[in-house]
Amino acid sequence: MIEFTTTRHNPMIDPALHLWGWEVAVYLFLGGLVAGLMIIAGVRLLVMRPKERQALVCCTIGPLLGLVLLSLGMGALFLDLENKRHVWRLYLTFQATSPMSWGSWILLLVYPALLANALTHLPEAIPALTKRIPLLVTWSDFILARTRLVVAIGFSNLAVGAGLGIYTGVLLGTLSAHPLWNSSLLGPLFLFSGLSAAAALLHGILVLTLPDEELPNFADFLLSTLSRWSESKPLDARIAPTLAQADNSFLTIELMLLGLFLIGHLTSTEAAQQGAYLLLGGPYTAAFWVFVVGMGIATPVLLQFLELRHRIRHTLVPAVLVLLGSLSLRFVMVYAGQASHWPIVLR
Amino acid sequence: MSLYAMVIDTRRCVGCQDCVAACKMENGVPTGYTRDWITETVQGEFPSPWMEIRSERCNHCDNPPCVACCPTGASHTHEPGNIVLVNREKCIGCKACLAACPYNARFIHPDGYADKCTFCVHRVERGLDPACVAVCPTRCMHFGDLDDPLSEVSHLLASRPAHALTQAAGTAPRIYYLS
Amino acid sequence: MRSFSRRQFLKITAGTLAAAGLASRSRGVLWGGGGPEKPRQGTQIIPTFCDLCFWKCGALAYVRDGKLWKIEGNPRDPLSRGRLCPRGTGGVGAHTDPDRLRAPLVRVNRRGRDEWKEVSWDEALDYIALRMRRIAAEDGPEAMALFAHGLGGGFFRHAFKAFGTPNIAEPAYAQCRGPRDAGYNLTFGDEVGSPERTDIANAECLVLIGSHLGENMHNTQVQEFAEAVGRGVSLIVVDPRFSIAASKARYYLPIKPGTDVALLLAWMHVIVKEGLYDREYVTKFGHGFDQFVASLEGYTPEWAYPETGIEPGMIRETAREMAHHRPATLVHPGRHVTWYGNDAQRSRANALLNALLGSWGRRGGLYVPAGVDVPHYPSPAYPKPARPPADNPDGKYPFASEPLTTGIRDATLEGKPYPIKGWFVYATNLLYSLPDQAATIRALEKLDLVVVVDVIPSEIAGWADVVLPENVYLERYDEIGASPFREPFLTLRQPVVDAPNDQKPGWWIAHKLAEKLGVGAYFPWRDIEEYLDYRLRAAGHSLEELKRDGVVRGSPKPIYFEDGAPSEFDTPSGKIEFFSEQLQRAGLDPVPRYAPPEAGPPGAFRVLFGRAPVHSFSRTENNPILADLMDENEVWVNAAAARRLGLKSGDYVRLRNQDGVASERIRVKATERIRPDCVYLVHGFGHTSHRLRRTFGRGASDAQILSRYRTDPLMGGTGSNVNFVTLELEA
Ligand SMILES: Nc1nc2c(c(=O)[nH]1)N[C@H]1C(S)=C(S)[C@@H](COP(=O)(O)OP(=O)(O)OC[C@H]3O[C@@H](n4cnc5c(=O)[nH]c(N)nc54)[C@H](O)[C@@H]3O)O[C@H]1N2
Ligand SMILES: Nc1nc2c(c(=O)[nH]1)N[C@H]1C(S)=C(S)[C@@H](COP(=O)(O)OP(=O)(O)OC[C@H]3O[C@@H](n4cnc5c(=O)[nH]c(N)nc54)[C@H](O)[C@@H]3O)O[C@H]1N2
Ligand code: SF4
Ligand code: SF4
Ligand code: SF4
Ligand code: SF4
Ligand code: SF4
Ligand SMILES: [Mo]
Repeated sequence: MIEFTTTRHNPMIDPALHLWGWEVAVYLFLGGLVAGLMIIAGVRLLVMRPKERQALVCCTIGPLLGLVLLSLGMGALFLDLENKRHVWRLYLTFQATSPMSWGSWILLLVYPALLANALTHLPEAIPALTKRIPLLVTWSDFILARTRLVVAIGFSNLAVGAGLGIYTGVLLGTLSAHPLWNSSLLGPLFLFSGLSAAAALLHGILVLTLPDEELPNFADFLLSTLSRWSESKPLDARIAPTLAQADNSFLTIELMLLGLFLIGHLTSTEAAQQGAYLLLGGPYTAAFWVFVVGMGIATPVLLQFLELRHRIRHTLVPAVLVLLGSLSLRFVMVYAGQASHWPIVLR
Repeated sequence: MSLYAMVIDTRRCVGCQDCVAACKMENGVPTGYTRDWITETVQGEFPSPWMEIRSERCNHCDNPPCVACCPTGASHTHEPGNIVLVNREKCIGCKACLAACPYNARFIHPDGYADKCTFCVHRVERGLDPACVAVCPTRCMHFGDLDDPLSEVSHLLASRPAHALTQAAGTAPRIYYLS
Repeated sequence: MRSFSRRQFLKITAGTLAAAGLASRSRGVLWGGGGPEKPRQGTQIIPTFCDLCFWKCGALAYVRDGKLWKIEGNPRDPLSRGRLCPRGTGGVGAHTDPDRLRAPLVRVNRRGRDEWKEVSWDEALDYIALRMRRIAAEDGPEAMALFAHGLGGGFFRHAFKAFGTPNIAEPAYAQCRGPRDAGYNLTFGDEVGSPERTDIANAECLVLIGSHLGENMHNTQVQEFAEAVGRGVSLIVVDPRFSIAASKARYYLPIKPGTDVALLLAWMHVIVKEGLYDREYVTKFGHGFDQFVASLEGYTPEWAYPETGIEPGMIRETAREMAHHRPATLVHPGRHVTWYGNDAQRSRANALLNALLGSWGRRGGLYVPAGVDVPHYPSPAYPKPARPPADNPDGKYPFASEPLTTGIRDATLEGKPYPIKGWFVYATNLLYSLPDQAATIRALEKLDLVVVVDVIPSEIAGWADVVLPENVYLERYDEIGASPFREPFLTLRQPVVDAPNDQKPGWWIAHKLAEKLGVGAYFPWRDIEEYLDYRLRAAGHSLEELKRDGVVRGSPKPIYFEDGAPSEFDTPSGKIEFFSEQLQRAGLDPVPRYAPPEAGPPGAFRVLFGRAPVHSFSRTENNPILADLMDENEVWVNAAAARRLGLKSGDYVRLRNQDGVASERIRVKATERIRPDCVYLVHGFGHTSHRLRRTFGRGASDAQILSRYRTDPLMGGTGSNVNFVTLELEA
């Protein structure tokens, strides 16, 4: 037994480190979600043949939602800053070694990329809006007329999305002061968690639009609002199984990455092992296994598997679970990481 | 070039916190916050425990992750002497540097910026020892230039076994403890 | 490398000090002090000396733009040697504490009810003088007692002697070093003094029996201690607790509390039996050595083992180690030695061990201090009190060399040998410094007048009829510091900053009160500066010189016998008394004997207490800077014992003692650093004065649970390590 005492008593540091709270967890979650939406939007845009106007949910509703969610995420991040008056300082410099600096510039690229992607098919998706802003049609036509531009927009969404998703993990992953975080797998892990959340979100939206009279009442309400707003045919539902399938793949990869992440820690230094034990027997174990793995990954994978096998109807449940699971992953990682330290050294 | 370092003789240190008090006075560290602190590590059982007392602060690492992760360049290495500093005008208070430091040496000043030990650069530049070193009643702290083989710190490190903290974290800390 | 060189220092101070001198002269600090001035620009460095404890370290106060910035050690001062202890560094907080007393207060309601009205100084002093005169008229001036601790008390002692009372006491005697003074006086005919004459700097073997240097932050001793450790001194630490000093020891002896006399006797037994003592020294200076040797018969290490828990082999080895390094072996006499009621005899055993080793008067042992003689300012002779002091009737404690605080308390309670009707309390928190708090409160309730001069709303102030707010040391002149030391020197305390409110310096309060009591003639000086200048000039210096430098040194004198220091022993035999006929005649043991300490109730822990480096007694816990360094005390419990009780570090408990008295709640520190039969807490916390906002309700007070004490039959000291507690977990 080592008896260790310190006279340090700095707020946020002692007795337990608490630098980052819900703001950062929410930011990382929304960042990952938006990254996922971008990648899906980019892929759909690329694979869509020019005359085939489908999967609008991925290419328009997704990016539009992405813009909103990203802004919310940045709002959360802003709330976390201790010196808000100085926030503009981020954009007076680029610090190559700082993931946060990369992130702040990537965030700037996310907006135009998402906007361009949304604009491409906006007139079809929401005719009501085009009636009010005819310019949208002009822009859409302009883009669609140039295949290379469409490809560029697709690829930029893919690239920026991947960058954003990985960055949210790297941000923590480079903080080697906290051995639990210190893994290069955190980037891919957060990326795939973001992808699964995005697929789930889009799937969820489609479920709401499925013509099914047995839909719960609140979904009816949501659906009617949405369709009134879009003043058009229901969103393309044919893509729903694809999204569920994609979601299951993402979740499976996420699970594998989580496994690798833990194995990596357990086979590494004592510090890393101690970090992993926070999730395997320590204070964060229950939250991790119940919310992240059980409810956030395993259950939705099973449900969506059954949906795809047509054993059960497509419901909102897996989407909600995946989103909550993805959020929980960020919470668990942000909190457990702060609790993970290098062991006390003797002599 | 110079590479500033502190060498602290744990055999002499009595853990009195005078270094802590002096830092507060010299640097106006606000109540409730501290740039340096004392730790006691006790191992073994009564009646023959072993104890090391250390005066700790920012290690002014040669490979400082707190500088690397700073998105605004507020955290920087001051030359000459490799002193790690924060430019409070540039700091947005994102706390990345706090999270990056394996020693938890930083804190957020009530005015919103990241703060920590400056190695009393304002004194060092005038040829004085840092405040904590200058007051220590046991004279167990030594400050100087590791690049100067004739300095007291170089001499002490060459003549007695020493260790730095959490070296496994790879930050190349520049505070050494003679044991 | 880049240490503050002396030349640089002189360069910086020369200019700034001159400015400071001018500034303070133009400030109306003479009679009552002027109003606030426009803040001065730039940094002034003003020398003074510290008052966070009684060590009197020379300091330099830095005043930046009219505000006190920091306090550092004065490099000219031999006590601080340019470095203060943490309390001295945090002294700024004494000035800035927002909870300080601001104006004189007079109680409106029952005593102890904490209801006050602010009055002017004139009203407050009239109120006191009227009542003191009434007491003198009815019961004689001896019915007024003065408790005064520290340097500022000098002016009050002067006023009270002029008033005609001999009942003047401080807790530094019967609650602190009194037994040591008695034990050393009986042996060497001299005291250890303060600062202690311990030559730690040159000791080759240092023995600390309880003295927890490093936690006890008496500055020069700690500096020398660290140097000694640095150069590999052979350090022997005897303590039931693994103290800071113990962690640096070559030999750590985890003694069973209260059995130190057994260890000392066994050590001396080994040294004498093995012929390891300083034969020449003993032959030359010793008296009654043979009788002493005979008395050691039977005190073998094997005998001591079951008493002390220290193995015989270890006792022998450490005894030989001490003898090996003699005479540069220093068995530290301790300071706060009122432990078990046998303390004067334990101190005598301690002195005798030093005598055997030949270390009294020798390099590396206990040197012969030298001081500067500062003549008094001429004033009338004091009236002879009509009755002897009330604290020690009929010489009950024959070897008490100073009045006993607890003796005055007893007289107050019993009305014997004569009634005590008024207490005037200067700078001593009697509710914290005297054991048996309940008795102090009963005494306070009996009195006709209670006056407290303090700087903060302390617990004792809460019991006063009149509270007088004094300036803190940074805002006032004080008596000259003239402690004998390795070299003779004088220091000056001078105002550094203005008082924030209507506080007044002690010398002013005492002078004003004396005038109102009709003994103003005893204060013939024009003002404090004239008083100080007169005395300094009589000593061959001047106020101007001390205001500038803070410290002046006299010419060095030899401090070791081998260098020609006088080897005189002011004992009846004129020698070191190994056997004391004085004691024999008084019906007491002429040589120390061992009696085991009384055991406590089964399952209870003995309560031990001591110091934390950043606090002084009960006076600094509310200091905003020092509170930031340590804001609560903990009760140390042996880790295994805590496990057995189901307690872990951080749990809150109450300590309930053998008489059912419970402490405030206090956090547990479960640790390998203490024996399983005792608990330990730092003195000074657990404040119950809610006006001390920063510290109120934090930690527990040892004073609260020391309801028992054993009185030393030689000198009346109150041994307080005789209380036992059980721990009650707080929900
Ligand atoms: N339980 C217990 N009792 C003890 C001890 C212990 O360890 N435990 N230690 C003993 C020892 S060794 C000693 S020396 C004594 C010390 O005993 P005291 O000298 O009584 O010590 P304090 O409790 O600090 O009380 C000092 C009081 O003086 C006030 N004061 C501080 N500075 C000034 C000033 O400048 N002017 C005025 N007017 N007042 C001031 C403080 O606010 C405080 O109320 O206690 C002894 N009693
Ligand atoms: N920081 C700080 N320093 C101070 C003071 C302060 O208030 N604060 N006060 C000053 C004053 S006035 C004084 S008198 C001194 C007091 O300081 P010391 O004289 O050093 O105090 P003690 O009461 O001897 O010390 C308490 C120590 O004795 C141990 N002890 C308890 N019982 C026994 C026992 O039976 N046998 C042995 N061998 N050891 C035992 C305790 O575990 C503890 O380590 O400190 C001075 N220095
Ligand atoms: S001032 Fe010196 S002795 Fe005291 S704790 Fe600091 S380093 Fe240790
Ligand atoms: S100790 Fe921490 S704050 Fe200081 S340089 Fe190293 S990493 Fe940075
Ligand atoms: S808190 Fe300030 S210094 Fe630290 S990383 Fe952020 S911007 Fe840089
Ligand atoms: S070097 Fe200066 S800033 Fe750093 S801990 Fe010491 S006094 Fe404080
Ligand atoms: S030992 Fe510390 S508190 Fe006491 S006088 Fe010296 S500096 Fe002040
Ligand atoms: Mo004392």
